[in-house]
Amino acid sequence: MINLASRDIGHHLGRFIFTGIGLGLLIGVTLTMAGVFRGMVADGRAVIAASGADLWVVQKDTLGPWAEPSSIRDDLYRSLASLPGVAEAANVAYLTMQVQVKGKDVRVMLAGIEPGGLGEPGQVIAGRPLLRGHYEAVADEKAGLAVGDTVRIRRHDYSVVGLARRATSSSGDPMIYIPLKDAQEVQFLKDNDSLVAERARTAANPALNRPGVPGLLDAVLASQTASRNVNAVLLRVAPGFPPDEVKAEIGRWKHLTAWTRHDMEEILVAKLIATSAKQIGMFLVILAVVSAAIVAFIIYTMTLNKQREIAVLKLIGAQDRGIAAMILQQALALGLIGFVVGQISATLWAPFFPKHVLLAPSDAARGFVITMVVCALASILAIRAALRVDPADAIGG
Amino acid sequence: MTANNDIAIRLTGLTKTYGSGSTAVQALRGVDMTIRRGEVVGLVGPSGSGKSTLLKCLGAVIEPTSGHIELGGEAIFDDQAGGWQIDDLRSLRRDRIGFIFQAPYLIPFLDVTDNVALLPMLAGKPNAAARERARELIEALDVGHRVGVRVSLLSGGEQQRVAIARSLVNHPPVILADEPTAPLDSTRALAVVRILNDMALRYGAAIIVVTHDEKIIPTFKRIYHIRDGRTEEEAGAGREIA
Repeated sequence: MINLASRDIGHHLGRFIFTGIGLGLLIGVTLTMAGVFRGMVADGRAVIAASGADLWVVQKDTLGPWAEPSSIRDDLYRSLASLPGVAEAANVAYLTMQVQVKGKDVRVMLAGIEPGGLGEPGQVIAGRPLLRGHYEAVADEKAGLAVGDTVRIRRHDYSVVGLARRATSSSGDPMIYIPLKDAQEVQFLKDNDSLVAERARTAANPALNRPGVPGLLDAVLASQTASRNVNAVLLRVAPGFPPDEVKAEIGRWKHLTAWTRHDMEEILVAKLIATSAKQIGMFLVILAVVSAAIVAFIIYTMTLNKQREIAVLKLIGAQDRGIAAMILQQALALGLIGFVVGQISATLWAPFFPKHVLLAPSDAARGFVITMVVCALASILAIRAALRVDPADAIGG
Repeated sequence: MTANNDIAIRLTGLTKTYGSGSTAVQALRGVDMTIRRGEVVGLVGPSGSGKSTLLKCLGAVIEPTSGHIELGGEAIFDDQAGGWQIDDLRSLRRDRIGFIFQAPYLIPFLDVTDNVALLPMLAGKPNAAARERARELIEALDVGHRVGVRVSLLSGGEQQRVAIARSLVNHPPVILADEPTAPLDSTRALAVVRILNDMALRYGAAIIVVTHDEKIIPTFKRIYHIRDGRTEEEAGAGREIA
């Protein structure tokens, strides 16, 4: 039996392919949206995995250090390191800020780490990791910096000594790693004018500047300008020791909250990027509906244009199922062209996106199935119209 | 007296009423007609006289209100026996009735051969056998040089010949032609009638040609005039076509 669908497609090949390309671009956008979400999750997970930590210890009852503000004293790491099962502990500080890179404003996440400790970038692709205690930086390659460049962060210039790959925050901002002490200063110290004003305010406070207590004012001022806080302490658990046991121990005795790697991933996906995920999900639903509407409209119009031929086919004995199969096959062929074009276009334009777009094979497989289902559903309207065509329409009068 | 097995179509007291009550329109008011195999008859009448309704009833496209239709000696409609006597009317149309329309109405996305071969393929014949039969008819109708050509590239006369080939491909005992010469000039119109006569004789099909084309009416040996839903038979001039 002749395949009527393929013959009809062949007859209108140009129009069919152009329609498929149009649909494909829409599907490409849909796949890219899914890729943006996957990229956010993958980047977040990559940073978590690259840190080498098994536990994140943060301020009590907070989701810090990324999902909520968390501030803890930087000497806590000593007591945490002495807990049973803890092999290594390191302070970290994170803050999002804007820096100037070659005259342009670039939004970055600054990570303060102890050189050689936990929390370092996973993949240093050029230069070297941080070694000195001050004024060195390792930047993600997407920050636009090169090894040997200098970047100004607040009051100081930092030499870029290394470049990292896939070191971005869940928001897609490239990370710049600097020594912890510098990051603490950047995060908690104020500018000179504020310091002068604050000192004057403290000196004017009679409770803090008592004439009978020499040295009190200097002690108060010293405590105001010292930065002794970090956002989290990262812990690596000794081999064979369950991280959950150490987490429970910290919760019970240290008045702090500890999160395992799994918890951090949950926080990232379920809390930090949940709204973005919902936003993208809404876009995906809308794009799917729009794609379905386009396919339905195209197939319906193509069917209406063939009404006379369908009447003739019915009159000369073609069965309804054969006519329905022709329309369904055309809708599926349109979906197939659209999907292939969409996948190719998404692959081509993904590297140009500022954020990491991860086109997962599982999403492609899911997208293919959804496209086919949507096209099949979209053909129902046209099939109904075709089945309503009266064979008598082929006969005049 | 005509032998029963020689009769391709017999209609007895065929009526068709559209609507009901005060809005009812009686399109056919008791049509009687008998056509033998190999015969080409004209069905002539003004617009609204019931020509198309009669053709649709004969083509099993609409159901008559009452009466009796016999095709090749077999009753296919009998109001006394409950209406259609055949369950699958599409198969009936596909296998036992050929259609030729005012315009060729070929399937534009199929080539000449497949337009003709489609019917036997729909009937389940193997593609090769269906195409072989189609090519025979295409050759017989002098469009053999256009085999494999897309039908949109054919002239009007060539398209109509392909449509005639399509109507004959399943060896139907009856062919219904609805104003087949309407879009053609007189030379081509007469050529089409000559082909229909040849095909009727060669394949033994009864052909009913609905027309009000004055150029071809004198060529029929028998003509049914239809007026207000009733038919009257008269002998035609049966003029030879040069």
